[in-house]
Amino acid sequence: MLTLTCPCCGVSGEETEFHAGGEAHLKRYGPGSSDNDFEGYLFMRENPKGVHFERWRHVYGCGKWFLAARCTATLEVFGTYPAQTTEPPQDIKDKITAKRPGWSWRDFA
Amino acid sequence: MSTRLQSKGRLVDTTQPMEFRFNGKRLKGYAGDTLASALLANDQMLMGRSFKYHRPRGAVASGAEEPNALVNLGQGGKFEPNQRATTTELFEGLYATSQNHWPTLEFDVGAVNAALARFLPAGFYYKMFIHPRPFWKYVYEPFIRQSAGLGKAPKERDADTYEHFYFYADVMVIGGGIAGLTAALEAGRAGARVLLVEQTAHWGGRAVVDGAEIGGKPAEDWVAETVAELAAMDNVTIRARTMGAGVYDHGFILAYERLTDHNPETSGPRHRLWRVRAKQTISATGAIERPLSFAGNDIPGVMLAGAVRDYLVNWGVSIGDRTVVVTNNDDAYRTAIALHRAGLRVPAILDARASGGGALADEARAAGIRVEAGRAIAKVKGGKRVEAVEVCLQAGEGAVLETIPCDAVAMSGGWSPVVHLWSHCGGKLLWDTELAMFRPDPARAPTGSDGLGFVAAAGTANGHLGTSAVLADAQSAGRAAAKATGAKPKTGKAPQSNDADEAPIEPVWLMPQGAGDALRMKAWLDYQNDVKVSDVQLAAREGYESVEHAKRYTTLGMATDQGKLSNINGLAVLSGALDQAIPVTGTTTFRPPYTPISMGAIGGSARDGLFQPIRKTPIYGYHVDQNADFEPVGHWRRPYTYPRSAETVHDAVNREVVNTRANIGLLDASTLGKLIVKGPDAGRFLDMMYTNMMSNLAIGKCRYGLMCSENGFLSDDGVVARIDEDTWLCHTTTGGADRIHAWMEDWLQCEWWDWKVYVANVTEQYAQVAVVGPKARKLLEKLGGMDVSKETLPFMQWADGTLGGFPVRVYRISFSGELSYEIAVPASLGRAFWDRLVADGEEFGLMPYGTECLHILRAEKGFIMIGDETDGTVIPQDLGLNWAISKKKDDYLGKRAQEREHMVDPKRWKLVGLETLDGSVIPDGAYAVAAGKNANGQRNTEGRVTSTYYSATLKRGIAMGLILNGPDRMGDVVEFPKVDGTSVKAKIVDQVFYDKAGEKQDV
Ligand SMILES: [Zn+2]
Repeated sequence: MLTLTCPCCGVSGEETEFHAGGEAHLKRYGPGSSDNDFEGYLFMRENPKGVHFERWRHVYGCGKWFLAARCTATLEVFGTYPAQTTEPPQDIKDKITAKRPGWSWRDFA
Repeated sequence: MSTRLQSKGRLVDTTQPMEFRFNGKRLKGYAGDTLASALLANDQMLMGRSFKYHRPRGAVASGAEEPNALVNLGQGGKFEPNQRATTTELFEGLYATSQNHWPTLEFDVGAVNAALARFLPAGFYYKMFIHPRPFWKYVYEPFIRQSAGLGKAPKERDADTYEHFYFYADVMVIGGGIAGLTAALEAGRAGARVLLVEQTAHWGGRAVVDGAEIGGKPAEDWVAETVAELAAMDNVTIRARTMGAGVYDHGFILAYERLTDHNPETSGPRHRLWRVRAKQTISATGAIERPLSFAGNDIPGVMLAGAVRDYLVNWGVSIGDRTVVVTNNDDAYRTAIALHRAGLRVPAILDARASGGGALADEARAAGIRVEAGRAIAKVKGGKRVEAVEVCLQAGEGAVLETIPCDAVAMSGGWSPVVHLWSHCGGKLLWDTELAMFRPDPARAPTGSDGLGFVAAAGTANGHLGTSAVLADAQSAGRAAAKATGAKPKTGKAPQSNDADEAPIEPVWLMPQGAGDALRMKAWLDYQNDVKVSDVQLAAREGYESVEHAKRYTTLGMATDQGKLSNINGLAVLSGALDQAIPVTGTTTFRPPYTPISMGAIGGSARDGLFQPIRKTPIYGYHVDQNADFEPVGHWRRPYTYPRSAETVHDAVNREVVNTRANIGLLDASTLGKLIVKGPDAGRFLDMMYTNMMSNLAIGKCRYGLMCSENGFLSDDGVVARIDEDTWLCHTTTGGADRIHAWMEDWLQCEWWDWKVYVANVTEQYAQVAVVGPKARKLLEKLGGMDVSKETLPFMQWADGTLGGFPVRVYRISFSGELSYEIAVPASLGRAFWDRLVADGEEFGLMPYGTECLHILRAEKGFIMIGDETDGTVIPQDLGLNWAISKKKDDYLGKRAQEREHMVDPKRWKLVGLETLDGSVIPDGAYAVAAGKNANGQRNTEGRVTSTYYSATLKRGIAMGLILNGPDRMGDVVEFPKVDGTSVKAKIVDQVFYDKAGEKQDV
């Protein structure tokens, strides 16, 4: 059972206090988008062994959504950050680079 | 015979004799005994039967690793099967019976299986499965049913209570032997918050049994002093009878405390499950001795050498007058010497090593014990008891050199560190060739959320067998763990011990080395599941080369002891058969819990009313008073119907339907979700949430709305009311309130985070009552306080005001097709308002109605219900709800998906009404069949029923369903097969069965 720190209220809590919400940094495609773009948005997900970015909600706490950078193989948490961003912050990316040199995930590296 | 010696043993309190029962026999023991030691003291060597062959079984070990001595414990509500006699502390009146035999323990019919052993080899079940069905049914299944299952399932409700306990530690130390005590002491002295647990009732582990010296004093004294020092530290918590059960991600540890098992008359919970978060965990779990694989090693009286020593030293129990010791390492000599000192005979020590033992061997020889190097046991003679051993050369094939009569055999194949807790969360192992053991690889510890190791093994669990080495290792482990949590460890050297100079172990995986088929078929690896050396070798020959496959094929290590004794021996045999090194074969996966924990402890206090809290509306008490028939809806319990005296549920529902259409029905609608959506961008936001337009809804008006997922599928519906310029109130389904609230929050926080909108879930702030039926207005006018006329408050509008003195918000909305007012009052006034309506409504024929009546009323009107007409694959267009989908909007959630090829396919099943030709009710979930069969030989289908009821209004069955080309096939007849083989035919009709023009609700 993981422990996570909510970047909104600062509380470190047990996994049962949070709720996982799938992959982070998805770009929404709406009406007018191509079938390919829409399919990618709706269905295509990363399934890495290693660095991954996820959505979590502090559902039994402050209620806020946030994002987490995590290793799916070792469960190491590189960091958590607010959901109001389209890209992981530089300090999180630097942390990951220090521990997993050469990592990449979708368009990020 | 096994018996109690004069010396009694260090744990036995002779001032407290206790009586207990085993298979009805009254027996005597003492406080401090385990059930196993007390049975052995009474010469009850035979304790159970094995799983497959029903072989006679006695205790082979003295602790948690015991595979054989499993009993049914207790009676009635305290009955529990498969309890290990070796870890069951004796108490006055203990009631135990042996299991897995018929008719008696001594004479068992199932033991005939043993005679068929050569027909029941490894993979027996798998090989049976391929046989044809009749064989299976008449021959195999009855056989398996008769012989399968260990123990009996309890029949009565568990009479005990259980609890969970949360704990946060800097350093958790698992194991209360000298390693655990040392590690805890170091971490405690450093100021860290420490939790130390020990699975047995006693501290000190093996050192106190083996009479080690620590820092110049007896281990027993050192242990007592150390425990006292730990107990006096405010920052240290220590618990005996508490097993470290499992290590999980990010330092989550489960510990299992047995509070009253040793004294069931004590009040309070029986077990406590500790849910611990520890920054660092030290696994000081010791080691388990391995059996040796020789023919007849499962005969009662053949026991681990360490266990023989435990029974002797701790409980003063002799397993027999004459014990032959057989070993491949020096430790077993301690048993021989202890037996000799107790005045018992050791006819011979058979040491498989050609070069023999070290200092302890010299000591044994000096004591006059016959020591034979390079010797082995070819075979143990005896049935339910050991009678003699046949001695041979370890290097040979088993030619018998001599036969030594004896009553017991003490065997030692070496010690395996208990690496379970290290391994649970990913710690890796090294094969130590010199010590012939798997031990933790400190470079590959389990890692936590920071990517650093959070478990360390210490002492024997870390592969150190000498006392001095254990103490030094545990000291550094304790200090390192404390330091990792930010504490400041003390310095200084670990105490020293008086370790004997030991000769190295020589691995022995088969005894004798060249044992032929006949001997290998009698050399047991897994005592409980009856897996022998020959079975593992057969599995290897049949291609089960992976250790995980071989385990499942042979059932090695799959018994309740999870292979604590058998795994290493088994995989060594497998390695031998595959001609590969042991680390290449590897181990099977170590999974928690370490030993079984009770289901009660897992549940804790979460049972009965606390299992899942029930949500109750403010009017709940009324429903209870009326003896309503309840149904669960989400976490709510809602009245299904209100039966009157002798009325059946069905009759009550029909009465409620008829009365609501004729007079007034009253529904507790408080469970409906109520979300306030407020802010400058609220209208724009709701236009994205709903398929229809909500931003242009006039203040004071209501509109029915649909919500879809981004997949386009219908997810919720409800009436939205515009409260003021920037405020909307959205009703959701009962089950949807929390989900839709979270859904809105998700989009606001993660997609449109710059939109100024606030959402509040006020579902429980209001009680809501639907006053439904042609006389509804009369009742409200009687209450008085506001104008509820059609002119002032028309259909699909709302107004604030008072009724009968209650502050109310009245919505003119209808889910029944009748004149209907849904009235919200503050939750605290809900019951009073309801009672007032009931009292004042009597003269108008008011009756409350439940959820089933609600369903029928809406089905008669052809209104859809989320969860009936929808199932996560249905889009609004399937349900003919195009009128509720805005054509003007560029976007809403689900719009793009509804343009996808499959969504616009004209062949999608569409909603219609269904009228049975015979007036009967179509069964729930029935499918309409079409001509022909599909590729699987099943009937083709052309639709399915989504809602089906008996309509008391129309006095016939009515239904809605999704049918291929349904709306274009009005009048067609479709066929629904029933489970009884018959079928029911129904005509496709308009889904609105009652008041098609909608005149009754708009009056
Ligand atoms: Zn938070």
